[in-house]
Amino acid sequence: MTITEKILAAHAGLDRVEAGTIVNARVDVAMGNDATAPLAIAAFREAGARKVFDRRRLVLVCDHFTPNKDIQAATNCKIMRDFAREQQIPRFYEGGEAGICHVLLPEAGLVVSGDLVVGADSHTCTYGALGAFATGVGSTDLAAVMMTGELWFRVPETVKVVLRGRPGPWVSGKDVILALIGAIGVEGANYRALEFTGEAVAHLTMADRFTVANMVVEAGAKNGVFPPDETTREYVYARGDRDPVFYESDPDASYADVLEMDVSALEPQVAFPHLPSNVRPVGRVGSIKIDQVYIGSCTNGRIEDLRTAARLLRGRKAAPGVRLIVAPATPEVYRTALAEGLLEVFLDAGAVISPPTCGPCLGGHMGILAAGEKALATTNRNFVGRMGHPKSEVYLANPAVAAATAVLGRIAHPDELKGVHRL
Amino acid sequence: MIIKGRVWKFGDNINTDLIIPARYLSSTDPGFLAAHVMEDADPTFASRVAPGDIIVGGKDFGSGSSREHAPIALRAAGIACVVAKGFARIFYRNAFNMGLPIFVSPDLFDLVEEGDVIEVDAAAGRILIPSKPAAEVAVAPIPPFMRDLLAAGGLIPYLTKGVGR
Repeated sequence: MTITEKILAAHAGLDRVEAGTIVNARVDVAMGNDATAPLAIAAFREAGARKVFDRRRLVLVCDHFTPNKDIQAATNCKIMRDFAREQQIPRFYEGGEAGICHVLLPEAGLVVSGDLVVGADSHTCTYGALGAFATGVGSTDLAAVMMTGELWFRVPETVKVVLRGRPGPWVSGKDVILALIGAIGVEGANYRALEFTGEAVAHLTMADRFTVANMVVEAGAKNGVFPPDETTREYVYARGDRDPVFYESDPDASYADVLEMDVSALEPQVAFPHLPSNVRPVGRVGSIKIDQVYIGSCTNGRIEDLRTAARLLRGRKAAPGVRLIVAPATPEVYRTALAEGLLEVFLDAGAVISPPTCGPCLGGHMGILAAGEKALATTNRNFVGRMGHPKSEVYLANPAVAAATAVLGRIAHPDELKGVHRL
Repeated sequence: MIIKGRVWKFGDNINTDLIIPARYLSSTDPGFLAAHVMEDADPTFASRVAPGDIIVGGKDFGSGSSREHAPIALRAAGIACVVAKGFARIFYRNAFNMGLPIFVSPDLFDLVEEGDVIEVDAAAGRILIPSKPAAEVAVAPIPPFMRDLLAAGGLIPYLTKGVGR
């Protein structure tokens, strides 16, 4: 069996499962946010349910429209707060404790290797980086888990992605996943699991792996998974509050397909509007003037991402007419960035520093685009209207490209900053 | 179950941001969401769609976010069912969980025009286009477990009736 099959089998109480089988499986952690939990709470109540299956395994995070952007957003967080109080849920995050859920949960040690996690948010697949099975569901599925602690799953076929080589300078997890989505398309892995292996994985930090797993859904995948190694073990032992289980795929596991990618040949990638699969190497972008650069999100709002951006922005300024917005993904990322002096670098570069929020990425608030404006963002989706007006455009890239783009005012390779005068 | 209705056509990659943009997600009011359904794909759609209409889509319908506001908005706008070349998995799951019938048909899209009336006969696994008697297309069968979900009216009724326990 593959890792994905083993985790699903273990949680369904079965010795074996096969791709295509529908199983009922026990959920270790369930998560909802302010965009999805209120609907789940309504469904929970409508069904006449009284108590959540396990108050310690339900995590509620106010991150999408927070700090509350309007009365409706405030009402949604109040619904969650009241529910958390009533059910005595210790892991309810808001205000200064809240961060973007998919960065917050692993950081707080709430997800460990071997877990089965569902979240009412499509980027829940992020936790697969830890060697967990994690997938996004809707609010009704979340309500069902809140009631029963279980959920039905169709065991997905697994596609093995073998990453060869070693990534060059300025090439990160973001470029690996953008190149993959570009190669297989936005439905190239629909309903499937993507399992990432090969010697290049050892060169990917935990942050890189979270970024890769985060965006598997942009290829339609149900989950993405990295077999745990020393990097994973170090991460979960330092943070996890439960014992991890490290699963490995069997040598004779069955794969629907095997893809290979040489990451040493990879350049930083840019996804053009309006699909994440619309990628080009940054060297072949041409001259595209940018109005706003956004560094943040569940894809690239981690401390490693901010360090990369700060390295390039130190002593430089965002070009006139470019609005640079930096959003540390969690309070811990924010605090670390402060301690390391990164926030000062961003302020000196002319950036606006946002509180941790999903806001700008999904056009919620804190950085909306007008008609005709172009943004380069380190986020995960560039659909029509994603960051604002339906006639605005979003380009996706890694934090190094974002920093270089901010300084030059057009989409740029980080190496183009060589020779650009430091202040 | 036979669903008969007038067709609205949308192309490939109708993602959930097009079905209901995130700027409206702080509301869960079905009527409000229906007033903005498909707004960024066709700003006139919400005012022209009528109860019982059918959406025919291309590849990867419902990709992107897990927001149930998308099926809620479609249902509240009166959409009787969606037939597409393919669906993204979270949308697929959400639709069944909420009792919104959706069908996979790779062939229908190229055979119908906007405004055509079609008949989706789920039990027989086919779609008829009365104005084009020769054009009958097959729909992919719904897995038995998913049929039970739809018959119960969605996941929560399925669970509370004890069928699934």
